[in-house]
Amino acid sequence: MKRSLASLLAAATLIALPAAALAQSTVDEIAKYRQQLQDGNPAELWEARGEDLWKQKRGPKNVSLEGCDLGKGPGVVKGAYAELPRYFADADRVMDLETRLVHCMVTQQGFSFADATRRPFGNGSSRSEFEALAAWITSESKGVKMNVRLGHPKEREAYQIGEKIFYFRGGPHDFACATCHGETGKRIRLQDLPNLTDKAGAQLAYTTWPAYRVSQGEVRSFEWRLYDCFRQQRFPELKFTSEAAIALTTFLARNANGAEFNAPAIKR
Amino acid sequence: MADPMRIRVTEKDGLVTVRVLMSHEMETGLRKDTSGNVVPAHFIRTVTATCQGRVVLSAQWGTAVSKNPFLEFSFKGGKKGDKVVITWEDNKGDRRADEAVIS
Repeated sequence: MKRSLASLLAAATLIALPAAALAQSTVDEIAKYRQQLQDGNPAELWEARGEDLWKQKRGPKNVSLEGCDLGKGPGVVKGAYAELPRYFADADRVMDLETRLVHCMVTQQGFSFADATRRPFGNGSSRSEFEALAAWITSESKGVKMNVRLGHPKEREAYQIGEKIFYFRGGPHDFACATCHGETGKRIRLQDLPNLTDKAGAQLAYTTWPAYRVSQGEVRSFEWRLYDCFRQQRFPELKFTSEAAIALTTFLARNANGAEFNAPAIKR
Repeated sequence: MADPMRIRVTEKDGLVTVRVLMSHEMETGLRKDTSGNVVPAHFIRTVTATCQGRVVLSAQWGTAVSKNPFLEFSFKGGKKGDKVVITWEDNKGDRRADEAVIS
Protein backbone atom coordinates (compact mmCIF):
# COMPACT_ATOMS: atom_id res chain seq x y z
CA MET A 1 0.00 0.00 0.00
CA LYS A 2 1.84 2.98 -1.35
CA ARG A 3 -0.14 5.62 0.45
CA SER A 4 0.39 4.25 3.93
CA LEU A 5 4.10 4.05 3.16
CA ALA A 6 4.04 7.73 2.31
CA SER A 7 2.48 8.58 5.65
CA LEU A 8 5.03 6.40 7.45
CA LEU A 9 7.79 8.37 5.76
CA ALA A 10 6.05 11.57 6.77
CA ALA A 11 5.96 10.35 10.37
CA ALA A 12 9.66 9.48 10.21
CA THR A 13 10.65 13.00 9.19
CA LEU A 14 8.99 14.36 12.31
CA ILE A 15 11.70 12.97 14.56
CA ALA A 16 13.69 16.17 14.12
CA LEU A 17 10.97 18.22 15.84
CA PRO A 18 10.93 19.08 19.59
CA ALA A 19 9.22 16.56 21.85
CA ALA A 20 6.00 18.46 22.58
CA ALA A 21 5.37 19.29 18.95
CA LEU A 22 6.26 15.71 18.12
CA ALA A 23 3.56 14.22 20.33
CA GLN A 24 0.85 16.40 18.80
CA SER A 25 1.93 15.98 15.20
CA THR A 26 2.38 12.22 15.67
CA VAL A 27 -1.23 12.02 16.77
CA ASP A 28 -2.21 14.07 13.72
CA GLU A 29 -0.20 11.84 11.44
CA ILE A 30 -1.86 8.73 12.86
CA ALA A 31 -5.24 10.34 12.28
CA LYS A 32 -4.20 10.94 8.66
CA TYR A 33 -3.01 7.36 8.34
CA ARG A 34 -6.41 6.14 9.54
CA GLN A 35 -8.17 8.49 7.14
CA GLN A 36 -6.23 7.04 4.23
CA LEU A 37 -6.98 3.48 5.25
CA GLN A 38 -10.67 4.22 5.65
CA ASP A 39 -11.12 4.15 1.91
CA GLY A 40 -10.20 0.51 1.47
CA ASN A 41 -11.32 -0.98 4.76
CA PRO A 42 -10.85 -4.77 4.57
CA ALA A 43 -13.75 -5.06 7.05
CA GLU A 44 -15.89 -5.11 3.90
CA LEU A 45 -14.60 -8.62 3.26
CA TRP A 46 -15.91 -9.65 6.68
CA GLU A 47 -19.20 -7.89 6.02
CA ALA A 48 -19.69 -9.91 2.84
CA ARG A 49 -18.89 -13.14 4.66
CA GLY A 50 -21.20 -12.18 7.52
CA GLU A 51 -24.11 -11.49 5.22
CA ASP A 52 -23.56 -14.90 3.65
CA LEU A 53 -23.49 -16.58 7.06
CA TRP A 54 -26.70 -14.84 8.09
CA LYS A 55 -28.55 -16.10 5.02
CA GLN A 56 -27.02 -19.56 4.84
CA LYS A 57 -29.00 -22.55 6.08
CA ARG A 58 -26.81 -24.05 8.80
CA GLY A 59 -26.79 -26.20 11.91
CA PRO A 60 -28.56 -29.45 12.82
CA LYS A 61 -31.95 -27.88 11.98
CA ASN A 62 -30.69 -26.50 8.67
CA VAL A 63 -32.19 -23.03 8.97
CA SER A 64 -30.74 -19.59 8.34
CA LEU A 65 -30.44 -16.84 10.94
CA GLU A 66 -33.00 -14.76 9.06
CA GLY A 67 -35.61 -15.65 11.67
CA CYS A 68 -33.41 -14.28 14.43
CA ASP A 69 -34.91 -11.36 16.34
CA LEU A 70 -32.23 -8.80 17.17
CA GLY A 71 -34.77 -6.66 18.97
CA LYS A 72 -36.60 -5.04 16.07
CA GLY A 73 -38.50 -8.12 14.95
CA PRO A 74 -37.41 -11.42 13.35
CA GLY A 75 -34.87 -10.84 10.59
CA VAL A 76 -34.69 -7.07 10.98
CA VAL A 77 -31.03 -6.10 10.93
CA LYS A 78 -31.18 -2.44 9.88
CA GLY A 79 -30.48 -0.25 12.89
CA ALA A 80 -30.68 -3.15 15.34
CA TYR A 81 -27.16 -2.77 16.69
CA ALA A 82 -27.71 0.85 17.73
CA GLU A 83 -30.26 -0.37 20.30
CA LEU A 84 -28.23 -3.23 21.73
CA PRO A 85 -27.74 -4.48 24.41
CA ARG A 86 -31.39 -4.76 25.39
CA TYR A 87 -33.73 -6.97 27.36
CA PHE A 88 -35.22 -9.93 25.48
CA ALA A 89 -38.41 -11.35 26.96
CA ASP A 90 -37.98 -14.76 25.26
CA ALA A 91 -34.71 -15.33 27.09
CA ASP A 92 -35.57 -13.21 30.14
CA ARG A 93 -32.20 -11.50 30.17
CA VAL A 94 -30.29 -8.58 28.74
CA MET A 95 -28.24 -9.56 25.70
CA ASP A 96 -25.62 -7.94 23.56
CA LEU A 97 -25.21 -8.77 19.87
CA GLU A 98 -22.93 -11.77 20.32
CA THR A 99 -25.08 -13.27 23.08
CA ARG A 100 -28.18 -12.83 20.96
CA LEU A 101 -26.51 -14.53 18.01
CA VAL A 102 -25.50 -17.47 20.20
CA HIS A 103 -29.10 -17.60 21.48
CA CYS A 104 -30.43 -17.79 17.91
CA MET A 105 -27.84 -20.36 16.87
CA VAL A 106 -28.88 -22.56 19.80
CA THR A 107 -32.66 -22.10 19.73
CA GLN A 108 -33.22 -21.81 15.97
CA GLN A 109 -30.34 -23.55 14.23
CA GLY A 110 -30.05 -26.29 16.86
CA PHE A 111 -26.36 -25.91 17.68
CA SER A 112 -25.25 -26.82 21.19
CA PHE A 113 -23.99 -23.89 23.25
CA ALA A 114 -20.47 -25.38 23.20
CA ASP A 115 -20.52 -25.77 19.41
CA ALA A 116 -21.87 -22.28 18.84
CA THR A 117 -19.24 -20.61 21.02
CA ARG A 118 -16.30 -22.72 19.93
CA ARG A 119 -14.57 -19.84 18.17
CA PRO A 120 -15.57 -16.42 19.47
CA PHE A 121 -12.54 -14.72 17.92
CA GLY A 122 -10.67 -15.51 14.74
CA ASN A 123 -6.96 -16.01 14.30
CA GLY A 124 -5.48 -16.36 10.83
CA SER A 125 -6.96 -19.35 9.08
CA SER A 126 -9.27 -20.29 11.97
CA ARG A 127 -11.95 -17.73 11.35
CA SER A 128 -14.74 -16.70 13.67
CA GLU A 129 -18.35 -16.55 12.55
CA PHE A 130 -19.09 -13.92 15.17
CA GLU A 131 -16.62 -11.41 13.83
CA ALA A 132 -18.05 -11.78 10.32
CA LEU A 133 -21.66 -11.60 11.51
CA ALA A 134 -20.85 -8.67 13.79
CA ALA A 135 -19.15 -6.85 10.90
CA TRP A 136 -22.21 -7.20 8.69
CA ILE A 137 -24.86 -6.55 11.31
CA THR A 138 -23.12 -3.48 12.69
CA SER A 139 -22.54 -2.14 9.17
CA GLU A 140 -26.33 -2.12 8.80
CA SER A 141 -26.48 0.43 11.63
CA LYS A 142 -24.02 2.85 10.04
CA GLY A 143 -25.33 6.39 10.38
CA VAL A 144 -27.99 5.40 12.93
CA LYS A 145 -27.96 7.27 16.25
CA MET A 146 -27.09 5.14 19.28
CA ASN A 147 -30.22 4.61 21.31
CA VAL A 148 -29.88 2.17 24.19
CA ARG A 149 -32.97 2.50 26.36
CA LEU A 150 -32.85 1.47 29.95
CA GLY A 151 -36.60 0.83 30.19
CA HIS A 152 -36.55 -2.61 31.74
CA PRO A 153 -35.33 -3.10 35.34
CA LYS A 154 -32.87 -5.75 34.13
CA GLU A 155 -31.39 -3.26 31.66
CA ARG A 156 -30.90 -0.74 34.45
CA GLU A 157 -29.36 -3.45 36.61
CA ALA A 158 -26.93 -4.41 33.81
CA TYR A 159 -25.93 -0.76 33.44
CA GLN A 160 -25.23 -0.44 37.16
CA ILE A 161 -23.19 -3.66 37.24
CA GLY A 162 -21.27 -2.45 34.18
CA GLU A 163 -20.50 0.84 35.89
CA LYS A 164 -19.25 -1.05 38.97
CA ILE A 165 -16.97 -3.21 36.83
CA PHE A 166 -15.65 -0.14 35.02
CA TYR A 167 -14.44 1.41 38.27
CA PHE A 168 -13.53 -1.83 40.06
CA ARG A 169 -9.84 -2.07 40.86
CA GLY A 170 -8.31 -5.51 41.01
CA GLY A 171 -5.80 -7.98 39.63
CA PRO A 172 -2.02 -8.06 40.19
CA HIS A 173 -1.70 -4.48 38.88
CA ASP A 174 -4.58 -3.12 40.98
CA PHE A 175 -6.10 -1.88 37.73
CA ALA A 176 -9.57 -0.74 36.76
CA CYS A 177 -10.88 0.13 33.31
CA ALA A 178 -10.99 3.68 34.63
CA THR A 179 -7.23 3.65 35.34
CA CYS A 180 -6.57 3.98 31.61
CA HIS A 181 -9.91 5.28 30.39
CA GLY A 182 -10.78 7.87 33.04
CA GLU A 183 -8.56 10.74 31.94
CA THR A 184 -8.24 12.69 28.70
CA GLY A 185 -5.02 12.65 26.70
CA LYS A 186 -3.59 9.33 27.88
CA ARG A 187 -1.98 6.89 25.55
CA ILE A 188 -0.12 3.60 25.43
CA ARG A 189 2.88 4.14 23.19
CA LEU A 190 1.25 5.89 20.19
CA GLN A 191 -2.22 4.53 20.78
CA ASP A 192 -4.63 7.15 22.09
CA LEU A 193 -6.79 5.94 24.93
CA PRO A 194 -10.31 7.28 24.85
CA ASN A 195 -11.61 8.85 28.04
CA LEU A 196 -14.76 6.81 28.56
CA THR A 197 -15.99 8.91 31.47
CA ASP A 198 -16.35 11.84 29.09
CA LYS A 199 -19.41 11.94 26.83
CA ALA A 200 -17.54 12.70 23.59
CA GLY A 201 -14.84 10.13 24.34
CA ALA A 202 -17.35 7.40 25.15
CA GLN A 203 -19.28 8.15 21.98
CA LEU A 204 -16.25 8.16 19.72
CA ALA A 205 -14.94 4.92 21.20
CA TYR A 206 -18.14 2.91 21.17
CA THR A 207 -19.29 3.95 17.71
CA THR A 208 -16.01 2.82 16.09
CA TRP A 209 -16.16 -0.82 17.20
CA PRO A 210 -16.11 -3.44 15.64
CA ALA A 211 -13.00 -2.50 13.71
CA TYR A 212 -10.45 -4.00 11.36
CA ARG A 213 -7.16 -4.08 13.24
CA VAL A 214 -4.40 -3.60 10.69
CA SER A 215 -1.81 -5.03 13.09
CA GLN A 216 -3.82 -8.24 13.47
CA GLY A 217 -5.39 -8.51 10.04
CA GLU A 218 -8.73 -9.29 11.65
CA VAL A 219 -12.04 -7.58 12.29
CA ARG A 220 -12.50 -7.42 16.04
CA SER A 221 -15.88 -7.35 17.74
CA PHE A 222 -16.78 -5.39 20.84
CA GLU A 223 -16.60 -8.48 23.04
CA TRP A 224 -13.06 -8.98 21.78
CA ARG A 225 -12.23 -5.42 22.78
CA LEU A 226 -13.43 -6.10 26.33
CA TYR A 227 -11.75 -9.52 26.41
CA ASP A 228 -8.43 -8.00 25.44
CA CYS A 229 -8.76 -5.12 27.91
CA PHE A 230 -9.30 -7.69 30.66
CA ARG A 231 -6.21 -9.54 29.51
CA GLN A 232 -4.15 -6.35 29.52
CA GLN A 233 -5.34 -5.60 33.05
CA ARG A 234 -4.35 -9.17 34.05
CA PHE A 235 -7.93 -9.77 35.13
CA PRO A 236 -9.42 -13.28 35.02
CA GLU A 237 -10.37 -14.21 31.46
CA LEU A 238 -13.60 -12.54 30.42
CA LYS A 239 -15.97 -15.28 29.36
CA PHE A 240 -17.63 -14.89 25.98
CA THR A 241 -21.31 -13.83 26.34
CA SER A 242 -20.99 -13.67 30.15
CA GLU A 243 -23.03 -11.39 32.42
CA ALA A 244 -19.93 -9.27 33.01
CA ALA A 245 -19.33 -8.74 29.29
CA ILE A 246 -22.96 -7.83 28.68
CA ALA A 247 -23.12 -5.49 31.69
CA LEU A 248 -19.97 -3.64 30.67
CA THR A 249 -21.22 -3.38 27.08
CA THR A 250 -24.56 -2.01 28.33
CA PHE A 251 -22.76 0.63 30.40
CA LEU A 252 -20.53 1.72 27.51
CA ALA A 253 -23.22 1.56 24.83
CA ARG A 254 -25.67 3.60 26.88
CA ASN A 255 -23.01 6.27 27.50
CA ALA A 256 -22.61 6.58 23.73
CA ASN A 257 -26.31 7.37 23.23
CA GLY A 258 -27.01 10.13 20.74
CA ALA A 259 -23.87 9.57 18.68
CA GLU A 260 -24.00 8.36 15.12
CA PHE A 261 -22.83 4.78 14.79
CA ASN A 262 -19.87 4.53 12.44
CA ALA A 263 -18.41 1.01 12.35
CA PRO A 264 -16.88 -1.31 11.22
CA ALA A 265 -14.02 1.15 11.43
CA ILE A 266 -10.34 0.65 10.81
CA LYS A 267 -7.74 0.88 13.53
CA ARG A 268 -4.03 0.40 13.65
CA MET B 1 -11.07 -21.05 -3.74
CA ALA B 2 -10.46 -17.72 -2.14
CA ASP B 3 -13.14 -15.29 -0.99
CA PRO B 4 -14.56 -12.87 -3.56
CA MET B 5 -13.04 -9.45 -4.11
CA ARG B 6 -14.92 -6.25 -3.50
CA ILE B 7 -14.70 -4.09 -6.60
CA ARG B 8 -16.03 -0.60 -7.09
CA VAL B 9 -15.64 1.13 -10.44
CA THR B 10 -16.77 4.67 -11.11
CA GLU B 11 -16.43 6.90 -14.14
CA LYS B 12 -16.12 10.68 -13.97
CA ASP B 13 -15.13 13.03 -16.82
CA GLY B 14 -13.73 10.17 -18.89
CA LEU B 15 -11.57 8.87 -16.06
CA VAL B 16 -12.45 5.48 -14.64
CA THR B 17 -11.41 4.86 -11.03
CA VAL B 18 -11.17 1.26 -9.89
CA ARG B 19 -10.99 0.30 -6.23
CA VAL B 20 -10.40 -3.31 -5.34
CA LEU B 21 -10.24 -5.04 -2.00
CA MET B 22 -8.79 -8.54 -2.14
CA SER B 23 -9.00 -11.23 0.49
CA HIS B 24 -5.59 -12.84 0.81
CA GLU B 25 -3.19 -13.96 3.54
CA MET B 26 -0.10 -12.50 1.82
CA GLU B 27 2.39 -14.53 3.87
CA THR B 28 5.99 -13.49 3.34
CA GLY B 29 7.53 -16.85 4.21
CA LEU B 30 9.69 -15.16 6.84
CA ARG B 31 7.29 -15.53 9.75
CA LYS B 32 7.32 -18.38 12.23
CA ASP B 33 4.29 -19.83 13.96
CA THR B 34 3.96 -20.45 17.70
CA SER B 35 5.83 -23.76 17.48
CA GLY B 36 8.74 -22.21 15.61
CA ASN B 37 7.99 -23.56 12.15
CA VAL B 38 8.28 -21.24 9.19
CA VAL B 39 4.91 -20.21 7.78
CA PRO B 40 5.24 -20.96 4.06
CA ALA B 41 5.11 -18.01 1.69
CA HIS B 42 1.70 -17.46 0.16
CA PHE B 43 1.19 -14.29 -1.80
CA ILE B 44 -0.39 -12.85 -4.91
CA ARG B 45 2.03 -12.85 -7.83
CA THR B 46 0.16 -11.22 -10.67
CA VAL B 47 -2.81 -8.92 -10.90
CA THR B 48 -4.51 -8.16 -14.19
CA ALA B 49 -7.37 -5.80 -14.90
CA THR B 50 -9.27 -5.75 -18.16
CA CYS B 51 -12.01 -3.47 -19.42
CA GLN B 52 -14.15 -4.99 -22.16
CA GLY B 53 -11.37 -7.54 -22.73
CA ARG B 54 -8.63 -4.91 -23.07
CA VAL B 55 -5.86 -5.05 -20.48
CA VAL B 56 -5.75 -1.79 -18.50
CA LEU B 57 -3.46 -2.88 -15.68
CA SER B 58 -0.95 -5.63 -15.32
CA ALA B 59 1.04 -5.90 -12.11
CA GLN B 60 3.63 -8.17 -10.57
CA TRP B 61 3.35 -8.33 -6.82
CA GLY B 62 5.56 -9.70 -4.10
CA THR B 63 5.67 -10.25 -0.37
CA ALA B 64 5.87 -6.54 0.46
CA VAL B 65 2.17 -6.08 -0.19
CA SER B 66 -0.02 -6.19 2.91
CA LYS B 67 -2.57 -8.79 3.93
CA ASN B 68 -6.05 -8.20 2.45
CA PRO B 69 -4.62 -5.72 -0.08
CA PHE B 70 -6.42 -2.65 -1.32
CA LEU B 71 -5.66 -1.49 -4.86
CA GLU B 72 -6.78 1.74 -6.45
CA PHE B 73 -5.95 2.88 -9.96
CA SER B 74 -7.58 4.81 -12.78
CA PHE B 75 -7.55 4.62 -16.54
CA LYS B 76 -9.01 6.49 -19.49
CA GLY B 77 -11.21 5.12 -22.22
CA GLY B 78 -13.92 3.33 -20.27
CA LYS B 79 -17.57 4.32 -20.23
CA LYS B 80 -20.50 3.60 -17.95
CA GLY B 81 -21.83 0.06 -18.35
CA ASP B 82 -18.49 -1.40 -19.42
CA LYS B 83 -17.35 -4.53 -17.65
CA VAL B 84 -14.12 -4.52 -15.65
CA VAL B 85 -12.59 -7.86 -14.70
CA ILE B 86 -9.87 -8.21 -12.08
CA THR B 87 -7.83 -11.40 -11.89
CA TRP B 88 -5.10 -12.40 -9.48
CA GLU B 89 -2.96 -15.48 -9.28
CA ASP B 90 -0.85 -16.44 -6.28
CA ASN B 91 2.34 -18.46 -5.87
CA LYS B 92 0.37 -21.62 -5.12
CA GLY B 93 -1.45 -21.38 -8.42
CA ASP B 94 -4.72 -20.31 -6.84
CA ARG B 95 -6.65 -17.84 -8.99
CA ARG B 96 -9.58 -15.59 -8.50
CA ALA B 97 -11.45 -13.46 -11.03
CA ASP B 98 -14.24 -11.04 -10.22
CA GLU B 99 -16.01 -8.48 -12.31
CA ALA B 100 -17.84 -5.20 -11.86
CA VAL B 101 -19.71 -2.82 -14.11
CA ILE B 102 -18.61 0.80 -14.42
CA SER B 103 -21.09 3.14 -12.77
